[in-house]
Amino acid sequence: MKRLLLAATAATLVGLSAAAPASAAEIRYASAGDIYGLDPHSMTDSFSINFLQHIYEPLVRYSKDLKIEPALAERWEAVQPDVVRYHLRQGVKFHDGAAFTADDVVVSLKRATHEKSPIKGNLPALKDVVKIDDFTVDLHLTGPTPLLNNFLTNMSIFDAGWLEANNAVEPVNAQQGEEGFTTRNANGTGPFKLESRRPDAQTVLLANEDWWDTPQHNLTKIIHTPIGSDATRVAALLSGEIDIIVPSPLQDAGRIANSAGVKVLEAPGLRTIMMGFNIKDELNDGDVEGNPFQNPAVRKAVYQAINMDLIRDRIMRGKSRNAGALVAPEVPGFDAAVNERFAHDLEAAKAALAEAGYPNGFQFNMNCPNDAYVNDEEICQAMAAMLAQAGLKPKLVTEARTLHFQKALAGQADLFMLGWATLPMLDGYSVLSAMLHSPDDKLGTWNPGGYVNAKLDELTEQVDVELDEEKRRALMVEAFAIARDEVAWLPLHQQPLSWATRDNVHVEQTADDLLRLWYAKVD
Amino acid sequence: MPLFILRRVLQAVMVMLTVAFIAFLMFRFLGDPVNSIVSQDATQVEREQVRERLGLDDPLLVQYGRFVVDAARGDFGMSYRNARPVSALLAERFPATAELVLVAALMSLAIGIPFGIYTALRPRGVLSQALQIVSLIGISLPTFVTGILLILCFSVWLGWLPSFGRGEVVDIGWWSTGFLTASGLKALILPSFMLCIFQLTLIMRLVRAEMLEVMRTDYIKFARARGLKARAINFRHALKNTLIPVVTIFGLQLGGLIAFAIITETVFQWPGMGALFIQAVNFTDVPVMAAYLVLVSLIFVVINTSVDLLYNVIDPRLRTERKPATNAGI
Repeated sequence: MKRLLLAATAATLVGLSAAAPASAAEIRYASAGDIYGLDPHSMTDSFSINFLQHIYEPLVRYSKDLKIEPALAERWEAVQPDVVRYHLRQGVKFHDGAAFTADDVVVSLKRATHEKSPIKGNLPALKDVVKIDDFTVDLHLTGPTPLLNNFLTNMSIFDAGWLEANNAVEPVNAQQGEEGFTTRNANGTGPFKLESRRPDAQTVLLANEDWWDTPQHNLTKIIHTPIGSDATRVAALLSGEIDIIVPSPLQDAGRIANSAGVKVLEAPGLRTIMMGFNIKDELNDGDVEGNPFQNPAVRKAVYQAINMDLIRDRIMRGKSRNAGALVAPEVPGFDAAVNERFAHDLEAAKAALAEAGYPNGFQFNMNCPNDAYVNDEEICQAMAAMLAQAGLKPKLVTEARTLHFQKALAGQADLFMLGWATLPMLDGYSVLSAMLHSPDDKLGTWNPGGYVNAKLDELTEQVDVELDEEKRRALMVEAFAIARDEVAWLPLHQQPLSWATRDNVHVEQTADDLLRLWYAKVD
Repeated sequence: MPLFILRRVLQAVMVMLTVAFIAFLMFRFLGDPVNSIVSQDATQVEREQVRERLGLDDPLLVQYGRFVVDAARGDFGMSYRNARPVSALLAERFPATAELVLVAALMSLAIGIPFGIYTALRPRGVLSQALQIVSLIGISLPTFVTGILLILCFSVWLGWLPSFGRGEVVDIGWWSTGFLTASGLKALILPSFMLCIFQLTLIMRLVRAEMLEVMRTDYIKFARARGLKARAINFRHALKNTLIPVVTIFGLQLGGLIAFAIITETVFQWPGMGALFIQAVNFTDVPVMAAYLVLVSLIFVVINTSVDLLYNVIDPRLRTERKPATNAGI
């Protein structure tokens, strides 16, 4: 009898494990939020745009290691410094069967850079797109644009005929009360095609059998579900209802790793977390004359008062990567020497403050988000305590990101937290143009503290137009070295990415924290 | 009666206008929607263009006025995040919330009333004591904790029920229902139980208290003296009189269920209006938040009015009491 029972149990178990691989090529994927819609030209959210690149493809794309590789364009060359010619791939078909030609590129790029398009800022240099023949287009630019391909990775190509047939050639403009056809329908050239979608509940994609590229994935179906609550997302993975969760909450990593059948993937990401200074003439909430942060020695004292090793080991559970430069190692412009941090030295910090005329420290306000970055609130609390040890009097406020960024951008914070991943351009120029250049209409948007350095402005403008990649990188390294010596910003660390999957799922974890399922395998 | 209804309609309009106004006052403290809409490295010029297009430069009263005028025409604007009309978004999410609330309400009645009766009839029984203690725990635990515990127990450990979503739904016209599929029904159990716990315990305790009260009255004693059967006394005479206050409380709490659904929907990723609202708060999606708040206040007013009308019907004493009251007013 006992033996019979055992046999029955064994049979059931075998039956169960045999049942699993039947759906092996299906992947159930949960993220924290849903995509905003199905039109990649209608939003700037990098998560949504990446998800939609399973359906729509750009002319050039990022590979597993974030290098640019051909996609819908096979090759390209500069005809003139401000004209680049793209030779398009032949024999590519859209999901509805239409052939891909130069007309599609012309219409799509014009659509994306239309004056009403919300993403026209993602391809600022484009003046005109000209069709040369069916598989050649010229991009006319406002000037030499070294980052043209980086920008193009974000520009999805639509089928011109499909857009025309559905009255969707102009971009969807949510702000003017239109609902576009493309918000709810999709037709691209990508590795997967849309099967069905219920907003905030489920989006189902099927593998595109006629994809032009050789698939590196073995999926037949992607079922994507947004699960906003961290605890529920983890529970769904542990209970076997979901195969991969991105992100996986850092505080649950240990628990997930100890559970059978699931694993945690962790790596430092691209996003560098840093603190910005108010360098205007007055502090917002100070108790001394003028603004001590105008003195680079004071900024360096703040820097040296913070013990990043302690924050990494205690708050980030050893998972973060301390940063001395303002960009991560994967980003062009990074240099190992610039990435050396000034050592943590409380005595040196105190001495520097005394020498600058603040032996008793001074008061200032310190603003942090509590829902934007990994452990942002805890990091700021720890830093405030460290600064207090050096005799400074930070008045810490932590609040929701919408409020925090509003205040920070308006220059109402004396010391504020900001994370910068350099996406979508994935280049050091992103930091130079937005955070280090002196503020004006176009540049220095995220330089609300008013840091001005003529040499940095000059370097930024050179980097913008330098077509020689080596020279361009050297200029960026030079600029970041100046920013480091001047403590223009106070870099903290690259925060860790944390994903979790079932044991039978294999994915590429790229530093930009975006899941590319066309590299996923399920056994 | 028509006058009564007319007055209630006017009141409803006032309530909704006030709610919308307070909402607009509060939106300013949620941060700047422009930061959510543009990419992080958008230039100052682009930010200003978006701000102008959305009319965010206008004074608060102008924005409020525009919202009211458009809403009166049935146009609630476009969601900043989803690039779709807010009315379409709400219509799409409404069935999920309605089904969740309906099931939770029915569950609270179906479980709460029998438990209440039982604990009233056997106040010293072991089961009664246990129910009382459990109901105390149920009423004092925060609902999101109960939700997580339910998921841990029934999804992760036992693997019986799904931890998120609505399961498979069937579209009947614009209404999507989870009642017609097995997975849809299974998906309803945990969220609706989490949602109903508070009301369930409330109804149970209310029925118990009322029943104990009624059991002490003279007519029940008299019925006993006449030798009526216990069942007839308990259910025909006592329970009927117990249920009048229960109807009122139930009606009033129905609005509460819709409000509390926000938490349940967040925990269980239930694609309803509450989840949409939370998403809108995180994104500073002003049109969605404004429309949701106005809609919920409308639901509240409708429910309260219906309860008042129902109360008039159930309890004839209320109708006669009105006349002297108005005379006194003059």
